[in-house]
Amino acid sequence: MAERIALFDDLAVRAPAATGQARWRLAWRRPRLTLPRWIGLKWLAPIAVVAAMLICAIAPGLLAPFDPTDMGDAILSPPDAVHWFGTDHFGRDVLTLMIYGARSSLLMGACAVFVGGLIGALIGLVSGYAGRWIDSVLMRLLDIWMSVPDILLAIILAASLGASLTNTILAVGLVTVPRYARVMRAQVLTVRGRSYVEAARANGCAEIWIVVRHILPHTVSPMLVMATLGVGSSILIGASLSFIGLGVIDDRPDWGFLLSQGRSYLTAAWWFATLPGLAITALVISVNMLGDAIRDRFDPRLGAS
Amino acid sequence: MPYVVHRLLAAALVVLGTTTLIFAVLYWLPGDPATLIAGENATEESIARIRALLGTDRPFWEQYADYMAGLLRGDLGISFATQEPVTVRLWAQFPSTIALTLFASLVAVIAGVLLGVLAAVNRGNWIDQAVQTVMLFFTSMPSFWLGILLILLFSVNLQWLPAIGSGSLAQLILPVACLGLVASGRLMRMVRNSVLDVLDEHFVTTARSKGLRARRILFLHVLRNALIPVVTLLGILMGELLSGTVVVETLFARQGIGRLLVDAVGVKDIPVIQGAVLLASISFVLINLLVDLSYAVIDPRVRTAS
Repeated sequence: MAERIALFDDLAVRAPAATGQARWRLAWRRPRLTLPRWIGLKWLAPIAVVAAMLICAIAPGLLAPFDPTDMGDAILSPPDAVHWFGTDHFGRDVLTLMIYGARSSLLMGACAVFVGGLIGALIGLVSGYAGRWIDSVLMRLLDIWMSVPDILLAIILAASLGASLTNTILAVGLVTVPRYARVMRAQVLTVRGRSYVEAARANGCAEIWIVVRHILPHTVSPMLVMATLGVGSSILIGASLSFIGLGVIDDRPDWGFLLSQGRSYLTAAWWFATLPGLAITALVISVNMLGDAIRDRFDPRLGAS
Repeated sequence: MPYVVHRLLAAALVVLGTTTLIFAVLYWLPGDPATLIAGENATEESIARIRALLGTDRPFWEQYADYMAGLLRGDLGISFATQEPVTVRLWAQFPSTIALTLFASLVAVIAGVLLGVLAAVNRGNWIDQAVQTVMLFFTSMPSFWLGILLILLFSVNLQWLPAIGSGSLAQLILPVACLGLVASGRLMRMVRNSVLDVLDEHFVTTARSKGLRARRILFLHVLRNALIPVVTLLGILMGELLSGTVVVETLFARQGIGRLLVDAVGVKDIPVIQGAVLLASISFVLINLLVDLSYAVIDPRVRTAS
């Protein structure tokens, strides 16, 4: 609370009536030599984890101590100085497999949210702006879409589309469409009724201009918050699909798939199943922390539910 | 009561739509079940005969009409893989899934409400921080990972509980704990926020200024009001649990609808996939309907608003 008051004091001193565009210009001009006060551990810790995993995803060869296809002599050997995270049932280095596996989880998180968010935003926009029967029809369709529990819908979609990373991403994205559509629709409905939209219409603005210039900008921040919070659940749905063997089944290392293989060797090799699971959990926790932080910062009205 | 009738009609429409959606998605399932059944050295002729037998060679609308007509008679078709009626296979697995979901929802509700209230009452101090950390873990960890940790601890190391199988009560404990705890994270958060909201209400201030004991205020005034919005979450919770059963039943090698579904996807047994997903979806819709209706009973404001 104190930081927010300080922020307003700051503005009040510099420009007593700084609102709207003026405040933006002011924000740009303010010198940014030190980190803003609101950036604390709750931002830095998750950003560090996500950044580390991003590096793994982009250039796994740089960090991995071994080659992911390299089968050594030591099968299921416990963690030691050579193999930090032990080896799997083929004698491959688990740490190396995990580093190479970062790519599919991050791609899953980012792309599935993109697919779901884009389609959801479009449906929500049309539904909220058009209103009347279009709105009712689209909302009933979303009800139907949501009546199939998440993972079950993902399973039949993934099965129908065929097994590949792209199709799994598409399936997970499609599953998450309704949640984005609903947030978008609610936001469009509130903005649509405001007086400046009415004013724009009275001025004879084209509908498309009203949507792009006056409505869309106000939907960005709630959608951004939803998207960040959605990354975690997309990764989890994707990992669940890999775990039950319906996700990516080519040679690409994948955390969920590694874990399902490690499950057969639980009594002999605890590291094989638990460490990839730890990676998934660390990534999802970081993304969720970031989502919470972004929401608290940019959209406190959304509440924490 | 028109509200109930309205809700029932809406639910019936959704079920109709859901059936259509599932049917349409599975119609485009790649690969031909007939070739799978016929085996490797089958002639073109025998594959065509099997296809005609299964009815998969007919056009979409004919198959759809046939399926819907069967559904009205309570007939979900014949399993491609075992030639048994799908309903028989589903009923054989359903009790196991119901037991798992019911006990898991009990665990989720107890853990969620207790910890949520605990966090809210201790707003800001270390207890709140600890509960919020636990909450973050539960909402962020994959259920199968928690399950593996539980198996490692209780089955491999301590050897207290069996890791796999279904039937006995002991075999139910780990899957229930795994599914229930993962689902409790969201509930915890909702309860905490809801209690915090109510704590700020004027009637709480009034009760406090009257000199009522803190405990009395909490149970008599706060909880009664705070738990009303939480009821809506129970519907969503069931969706999570039904999703979770697929993973948990696979992990713990339990019988159940989820496992049946995963196995059926492997052999492209379309009628069984359809039946399993439909059964789960209908249960989900019905539970949400019940939640909506009970909501109107618990909170009179809903009735007057609609």
